Amino acid sequence: MNNISMHILDIVQNSIRGEARNIGILIKENIEKNILIIGIKDNGIGMDSGLLEFVTDPFTTTRNTRKVGMGLPLLKHSAEQSNGYVKVVSEIGIGTQVHATFQYDHIDRPPLGDISGTIILLVAANPTIDFKYIHHINNKKYELDTQEIKLALGDIKISDPKIRRFLKEMITENLHEMCVV
Amino acid sequence: MAKIKTLADLKKMREDLQSKVDLREKADSPESYVQIKVGMATSGIASGAKDVMDFMIEALEKRNVEAVVTQTGDMGYCFAEPTIEVKKPGEDPIVFGYVNIQKADEIIEKYIKLGELVEGIIPVNYQVIDDK
Repeated sequence: MNNISMHILDIVQNSIRGEARNIGILIKENIEKNILIIGIKDNGIGMDSGLLEFVTDPFTTTRNTRKVGMGLPLLKHSAEQSNGYVKVVSEIGIGTQVHATFQYDHIDRPPLGDISGTIILLVAANPTIDFKYIHHINNKKYELDTQEIKLALGDIKISDPKIRRFLKEMITENLHEMCVV
Repeated sequence: MAKIKTLADLKKMREDLQSKVDLREKADSPESYVQIKVGMATSGIASGAKDVMDFMIEALEKRNVEAVVTQTGDMGYCFAEPTIEVKKPGEDPIVFGYVNIQKADEIIEKYIKLGELVEGIIPVNYQVIDDK
């Protein structure tokens, strides 16, 4: 994984496979406190404590196509090499939360990567799932709620290439605006 | 500086798109277009599936191919990532492995447009992704 966006794309796949209908993606860049926090929260089927205990073990997976599952272990690796940690909280029938922290200026912290492209990819490829994406940079905040977008679009599909491009630009511009002091 | 796009702009755009959509809705059974699924598990993402998917969406639109590009989980071919499954209307799905952008371009030009098979097909002793 080259960047944090790829980790997010990967961890959200777990939520999708966990039958989530609502997925929250939180990114908090707190440069003053020198910390980057990633949070992914879903209302999927959840995990029991037995599975949860081994969830960051690469030889744990719920698939039957193969015996390894590298998503969370890789995230844990990236977080720990940047002086952070990963915490997973889950409850059967309620959902799962994955929380990862990174030291913002750590030399081994992966860059954020193409976050707007990642969000749009997830949103457009999973039209039946509602996503809420919240991105903080210091004390500024940007929020994108696909329920609002779907309401604004009416019967036009969110996966329409023109809409995708528009949304991607919208996110990029808003993030850029937050970076301008 | 240009104004930042908002949801209000999206509503405006919706009106422009509405007329085109009517045409498309008529042919809205998924069977009528090419369906492409990009394998988007850890192994796929790590080997560049996202770039391939972005490329396919852009390229198919530019080249006027009616297609739906979606993502799927693991197809069980981690060694051959990125993998994509292409299903043309009325035909059996075909899985291609080691799809980089160049390969994706070849798949669009040769397989999707002309029906010629290209190298990199993963043989079909596989089960359809949905029944795994």
